[in-house]
Parts: sequence; C-alpha cells; structure tokens
Amino acid sequence: MMHCGPRSRGEWEVGMALLEVRDLRVHFDTDDGVVKAVDGVNFSLDPGQTLGIVGESGSGKSVTNLAIMGLARGGQITGEVLFEGRDLLKLHTNELREIRGKKIAMIFQDPLSSLHPYYKVGSQIEKVSKKDARDRTIELLRLVGIPRPERRVDDYPHQFSGGMRQRAMIAMALALDPAVLIADEPTTALDVTVQAQVLDLIERLQEEFGTAIVVITHDLGVVADMADDVLVMYGGKPVEVADRRTAYYNPHMPYTWGLLQSLPPVAAEHTGDQLRPIKGQPPSLINLPNGCSFNPRCPYVMEVCTRVEPELEPADPAKPSHLSACHLSLEDKERIWEQEVAPTR
Amino acid sequence: MSEPLVKVTGVKKYFPITQGIIFRREVGRVHAVDGVDLEVLPGETLGIVGETGCGKSTLARLICRLLPVTEGTIEFDGQDITNMKGNQLRQLRREIQMIFQDPYSSLNPRKRVGAIIGDPFEIHGLADGKELKKRVEELMEVVGLNPEHYNRFPAEFSGGQRQRIGVARALALRPKLVICDEPVSALDVSIQAQVINLLEDLQNEFKLTYIFIAHDLSVVRHVSDRVGVMYLGKVVELAAASRLYAEPKHPYTGALLSAIPVPDPDATKDRERVILLGDVPSPIDPPSGCRFHPRCPKAQERCVHEVPPLEPKASGDLAACHFPLEPGESLARAKAGIEQEVELAQQLPEHPLPPTGDLG
Repeated sequence: MMHCGPRSRGEWEVGMALLEVRDLRVHFDTDDGVVKAVDGVNFSLDPGQTLGIVGESGSGKSVTNLAIMGLARGGQITGEVLFEGRDLLKLHTNELREIRGKKIAMIFQDPLSSLHPYYKVGSQIEKVSKKDARDRTIELLRLVGIPRPERRVDDYPHQFSGGMRQRAMIAMALALDPAVLIADEPTTALDVTVQAQVLDLIERLQEEFGTAIVVITHDLGVVADMADDVLVMYGGKPVEVADRRTAYYNPHMPYTWGLLQSLPPVAAEHTGDQLRPIKGQPPSLINLPNGCSFNPRCPYVMEVCTRVEPELEPADPAKPSHLSACHLSLEDKERIWEQEVAPTR
Repeated sequence: MSEPLVKVTGVKKYFPITQGIIFRREVGRVHAVDGVDLEVLPGETLGIVGETGCGKSTLARLICRLLPVTEGTIEFDGQDITNMKGNQLRQLRREIQMIFQDPYSSLNPRKRVGAIIGDPFEIHGLADGKELKKRVEELMEVVGLNPEHYNRFPAEFSGGQRQRIGVARALALRPKLVICDEPVSALDVSIQAQVINLLEDLQNEFKLTYIFIAHDLSVVRHVSDRVGVMYLGKVVELAAASRLYAEPKHPYTGALLSAIPVPDPDATKDRERVILLGDVPSPIDPPSGCRFHPRCPKAQERCVHEVPPLEPKASGDLAACHFPLEPGESLARAKAGIEQEVELAQQLPEHPLPPTGDLG
C-alpha cells in the first residue's frame, strides 16, 4: 500500500480553506483585442471535497486552472490564489515548483500527448518521486489497477491503451501524495466503460487519501457523479455556484437550465421529445455582449439584462451558499424552473 | 414489414498486418468487422454503439463502399452492391452519403462554403452556374446557415456551423441513406442539441434513413428507433431503442448502460455501476468463444468454447449470449476493495490494443 505520511500544512490553519481563489482574472492581449478568458472567479475548496467546474469550450474553465498552477503563460493574471494560506500568484518560480506537482497535481484530458513518448512509463513516474523510485512506481501502478506492474513499468506509452495511460497519469499525479488534484476533462478521451473505471478509481483514492479535487468538464453526468459543489462558467465568468443537488434540482440561472435541457432527457417518458438546445453561439471573449453576457441567447431576457451586468449573489436570502448571476426575481426563477424547465427532464 | 433498405449479410473486414519491405509477409490480421448481419428499414434510424475499436466506423465505411469487404454481401435497395464498380458505383454514391465526426478536418479549408456544398452537384453534373448557386443557397437555408455566407471559408464558421455545412453537403443529392459517424461528439452540449434537432427535422422532411454511430449512449437512445451494440467486430445485441435501454439482454450492454454518467445526482447515487475489468482485447487475436467472456461477470465454461449466435431471446430482441440477463437482473458485483480488484486484474489475459490507434 502507499505510504501516506502526515502532510505539512505550512502556515495553513484549521478553519481556512485548503485552496481559495479570490477574484481571479486572466486577460490575454491579442492583436484583435483583450481576451478576457477568466474574469472574476471565486471559489474555495476543503480537504476531501470535490468541486466541479462546468462550461462549454471557451468558458474559461481550463484557463482558470492553468492560472492556479502558474501555467497560464502570456496572460495578465490578477486576483489571489491562496493555497494553505500562501498566495501562489506572488510566489517565485522556484517556490511555485515546490508546490506544483508535489502539493497540487494535475491530470490532463489527453493522456497520449501528456506522456512523453520517448521515455518508459515507469521512468516518467520515477522522475516525480525520487526515493525508492522504482518500487514505489510499481506500487503506484498497482494501486491504479495496471495489470502486472512489474513488467508494465518498462513499457512505453504507446504500448498502453488509452485507459491505462490515463491511469498512469493518475499514478504520476498521486506519486507525491498531493493535497489538491486538478483534473481537466479527465475522462473525455475515454470510452464509457473505461471512464467508469477511471472515475471509480479517482473516487476511491479520494476516500483513501482525502485529496481535494477540482474536476473540470463539459459532461454534466460526470459532475453529477463526482462533485460536491458545482460552479457553472459562461464567457469567462462564474454564473452559478451551488451544491450538487441544488445545481441539478433547483438551479437559478437560465444558462444552467439550458445546459440541462440540451441533454437527452433521462426520464423514459420524455425520450421521444425534441431536444431544447440553447439558441445561438457562445460569445466571443473579446467582445462580450453588454450587460449579462448570456442575454442574446437567453429565452427570458429582459430590458435590464442588456444594460446591467448581474452580480453573482444569492437569489434566496435563505440559501446564502447558492449564488447566481441573473436579474430574474426569485419568484420568476422558481416559477420558470418548476413550470417550464423541470417537467421536460 | 417493408423491404429493408440495407441488408448486410455475414460481412467481414480484416486488415492485414504485414512485415518486411521487399517480401511482405502477412503476420496477422485485425478482425475489425467479423461476421455482421444487419438490416436497416426505410425511414428508420439505426443506432450503432460500441467502444473504440469495436468496428462501428469500419462497418459504416463498408456500407458506403469506402472500403472493400473481405467476405459477405451488402445489398442496398434490393441490389447487391458488394462489388459494384465504375459508373454504377458513382450512381450509388448519390444514394448513400456520410456525415463525419470532425467538422474541422472534413472540410477543405481552402474552398469556399458555396463550393464545398456545390461539389456534389458538379461531380454528378446535375447543376452549374446560377442554378448551382440557387440550389446551394436553398440547402444552406435548410440546414440553418445564412445563404449570404456563400463565399466564406470554413475557418470563419464555428464548430456547430461547420457541422451544418457537412450536413448540407451530405443532403445535396437527396440521398436515401445518410450514415452519421459520430456527428455531434466534437460539439459543445448546447450546440449538440441544435444539430441533433436539425438531423431529426431533415429526416422527417426528406424521408431519410439514418445509420447513426456514436459512443454517447444517451444521444443514440434519443435519435434511434433500433440500436445495435457492437463488441470486437460483432453485433452482440440488436433491439428497439426503448427496450434495449430498459431491459438489456447482453451483459456487455448492461455494463455499458450502467457506465453512462447520468446528469441526475440522486439517480447516480442509487445506481450501481458495473465496472468492467481491463480493456477491450486486441482485435488481432480476439478471445475464443464469446468475445466478451474474459470480462463478463456471468461467463461460464460454455462461453469460452462456443460462439453464441445472434438470435431472438424471450422478448423477440436479438442478442448473442448463452446466458442473457433476465429483466431486472443486476450485474453489479459487490464493490471489491482495491487490492481485490487488482488481484482480479492480474488474472486477466494481457491484450494491449495494437499501436495502430483507432480501428473503429
């Protein structure tokens, strides 16, 4: 089994979030104008907790996490990323290196392009963990369910199947027993049965080691399965934050409704119905619409939506943790959801 | 029952693996499609699902004659098209069209949209000049593109719009059969729904028959009348979509269905996922007997030796299994600890996928 020593927590104290992102903005200067890839993201994450970040391509979900890891090159990054009380954005590269990989690890979408094709899988994992490297690598590969790890450790990535490569990536990410694991579309490139294996593995490892996980995905099914809290992003901004059940059974933002309605319905009696897509295209991040950036696609748009950008705030004072950025009144939100959206699922 | 539009009988497709440069020797074969019987009825949507490498895309390419078959026959509209050549084959291509997965690589970036959609007319000498332009603009309108964008390049369109261009091109010659190979898997969720609705509207309007290939099982259920499940080059189950999803017969179908993540947290919590061990075995040297037996939770001695035929089970649906699932039977085994799973995994035969990439 893996050795799981006590983690040094630095200046971090009980009561503080393990990872806290405050007003994170990542802007890229391009010839066409400033691309506001991420524009004001806030969240916090406790040990053992899973946050799901959902959004379509270009919603800023991946850039958010690259910025956390200090990998969003060429961007102007503002805000704070507090990990165990330290602001990662202010750290020197060498200090960041101590945290990146060791305390915050990342799994990428495409396991073939994130493993070096020229080196044996085992040696790539060994590089991460230095002490008793080979034995520990074999142990890790066994832990993630690679058959015959003693032999497989000397294979090259191309000799692994897609699912095995993703498992090897997970092994590498876990090699240093990180406190936070960021998984960017971890199963998108995989078949459903392999996806089930990998999700199962991540969940069990989380139970065992208490890792906090940020999972970024466009798949609302994966989020429903894994996440404790859900953050929905649109046009670089968070538009809804809620716990998992609220996000699926009582969401407040028309974009979240649209995402849920775009999916083929779960209930058998609705299988023949036409799908209800969100009309139009996602916005350009250079030239976001005035007011609420979702307003051109929103079926419930009002005059105010085209002028004033809505704040991300609780619509219901009784539920302060459920935030949404929408001008609709709470009564309207509840009524539309109950009468128009929920019955179609 | 009406005559099938497509009838596939005992179709096999093997890709040879050769070694040596001057004296090329065949050292093995990839059994991409290995004995498939299928019928597609006019006006229906037949969904085909399966994992990477199960042969679903190869089957599609065989039906539209982009690949020659190794064995077996394919009939289209009562005509044997297996070995059709030359002019006849060109005429056939008007009837069978394909929509591809990747809207980025299936459109020529140097051609204007008008020319891309107009190509089929020119190839078949059906229209030119003003007439051609008019028909292309009509098509653009039908698929929800702005006809004023006639002179734009594909790069100026988003993914969803590009897929619409692909759809317009496929529909140009009013085909009878459209084979959609993963038509929405490269698109965002909200755009996916737009394209699926478009495909459904067009089917009603032009009385199209679809073969719809996808790995997203919930999308396939939504669009299909009947669904075929493929595993390692064989169809293992074929049934009406609603029944297949409610009462799978083949354990592989059961495992596939249980693996779909459902966007419904409570349902997810109640459900027991069937975790299949290991990977899909190599199609170069597929397992004996039932190809699913090394991963099947219900496998018995007989499955190792005897190939189960695709035959009607109790409900009349087709399944290739010696011990089909009973209605309501649960496949879920007790959640094993990590060690136990690893132990089980060690006993699995080792079949890494060949390094040739996607064989599907």
